[in-house]
Amino acid sequence: MSVALRTLLYKELLRFWKVSFQTVAAPVLTALLYLLVFAHVLDRQVEVYGGVSYTAFLVPGLVMMSLLQNAFSNSSSSLIQSKVTGNIVFVLLPPISYREFFTAYVVAAVIRGLVVGAGVWLVTLWFVDLPYAQPAWILFFALTGGALLATLGIIAGIWADKFDQLAAFQNFVVMPLTFLSGVFYSIHSLPDFWQAVSHLNPFFYMIDGFRYGFFGQSDVSPWISALVAGGSFAVLAGITLSMLSRGYKLRN
Amino acid sequence: MPSCPALIIDGVCKRFGALRALDEVSFEVEQGEFFGLLGPNGAGKTTLISCMAGLARQDSGHIRVMEHDTVSDYRAARRKLGVVPQELVFDPFFTVRETLRIQSGYFGLGRNDDWMDEILARLDLTAKADVNMRALSGGMKRRVLVAQALVHRPPVIVLDEPTAGVDVELRKGLWVFIRELNRQGHTIVLTTHYLEEAESLCSRIAMLKQGRVVALERTADLLARRVQQTLRLRLGNGASLPAEFLAIARATPDGRIELLLDSADTVADCVARLHAHGVRFDDIELDKPDLEDVFMATMQDVPA
Repeated sequence: MSVALRTLLYKELLRFWKVSFQTVAAPVLTALLYLLVFAHVLDRQVEVYGGVSYTAFLVPGLVMMSLLQNAFSNSSSSLIQSKVTGNIVFVLLPPISYREFFTAYVVAAVIRGLVVGAGVWLVTLWFVDLPYAQPAWILFFALTGGALLATLGIIAGIWADKFDQLAAFQNFVVMPLTFLSGVFYSIHSLPDFWQAVSHLNPFFYMIDGFRYGFFGQSDVSPWISALVAGGSFAVLAGITLSMLSRGYKLRN
Repeated sequence: MPSCPALIIDGVCKRFGALRALDEVSFEVEQGEFFGLLGPNGAGKTTLISCMAGLARQDSGHIRVMEHDTVSDYRAARRKLGVVPQELVFDPFFTVRETLRIQSGYFGLGRNDDWMDEILARLDLTAKADVNMRALSGGMKRRVLVAQALVHRPPVIVLDEPTAGVDVELRKGLWVFIRELNRQGHTIVLTTHYLEEAESLCSRIAMLKQGRVVALERTADLLARRVQQTLRLRLGNGASLPAEFLAIARATPDGRIELLLDSADTVADCVARLHAHGVRFDDIELDKPDLEDVFMATMQDVPA
């Protein structure tokens, strides 16, 4: 790893760690509130998989949702802040290649996602005893999902010229896709039409595959989920690398 | 073997929509020069610097920094270049030292604290090294920008209006430091709105207007040739001006006569001819043009 890449990664990590109350503690608390409310209301009424309580079903979904949203937030907010304040020049002037740029922003965002995801998992251990049927799948979907959202965050951060454009991207694209991905329910409980629509949502496969790692049960095969998540990441990474190599919206 | 130019700008064009920001700009800056890039707002100075630094891409033409093309060999070119941007930008998450360490790392330099300490001391920032950037005054933030540009010891340093918003004392201190860097062999390219700064610091100057180079000369030559010299006389009792001078003469309210001469070379000849006509004067002074006069004259000479 080059010194430049290491430094950019360090800078991105230091940036969110310096405001960790906002970037780590706050999303963990939010996830905990979801758990308290939904588990309290639904735990005795809903059983999604045989032998799995609703609270247990919900926890992996919340962990993954927090991981995905925070991976997106990290890369997108870092870029938009740098663009709006103008300090993006500090990373554009040095001899940092576009691949190093991409790698540093993605790895830092994945790490933030993992830190928040791990935080949510730790606080929910108090409420539920989770099985870990296939830990390799847990790790695979955590990393792939984090990288996918980190990449989407780079695209959004580069594309947006203003904070409200980024907020629109977050509220009208990322939020609906995560909420309608089966975090709070199994898509098998949906009518056929909405099940079909859910299959078009790549977030569904990430949540479903991640959950498979815990319970050994899922709505679709983890291999299909892995293919969709990995393929989506590859496509977005290609688009992002192309944007960065052309200097799209960064170098006039 | 002669050294390569520090900077080669060759036929650089850049458009923003219908606006021609740079129009066939070409010039070279030799190593060790203190070079001024002047022009009114919107002349293309910052666009040219952006192209040099890779912040913008020219539509055509080439730029080489210490022989490295800024597009095809951009990594080597950027290592040779330190840029102080015009905007007062900073990263609010970090202290001054963190900012410098990070910038140093971006250029591939791991352990660079000795040089960073020296820059901090020279820019009077040592006491602020562990202070967050947000807590610094505007002048201090400007000096941190200078420090960031120097952190990788670039042979070519570009300063885009580095003294805007910096008080007089700090400005002087900054120029002492930059002059010393220049004496040590660093090439300096400066844009400034303070023309007296350019006049006292720069050995050569390019003037830009509407994206074109409209003057490119040694500062001394610009001052000597580009603007009329004014010879101010108070004629002795009863003396009158010979007819041959009437076309270039004008009277001042205080009763003196000003002769507008094309260049400094003609001053001695003019005085000799006045003497030859038997004209005596009580007082004589030469009003030398400064860079502001040259600048104004050059901008007026060139059609929009």
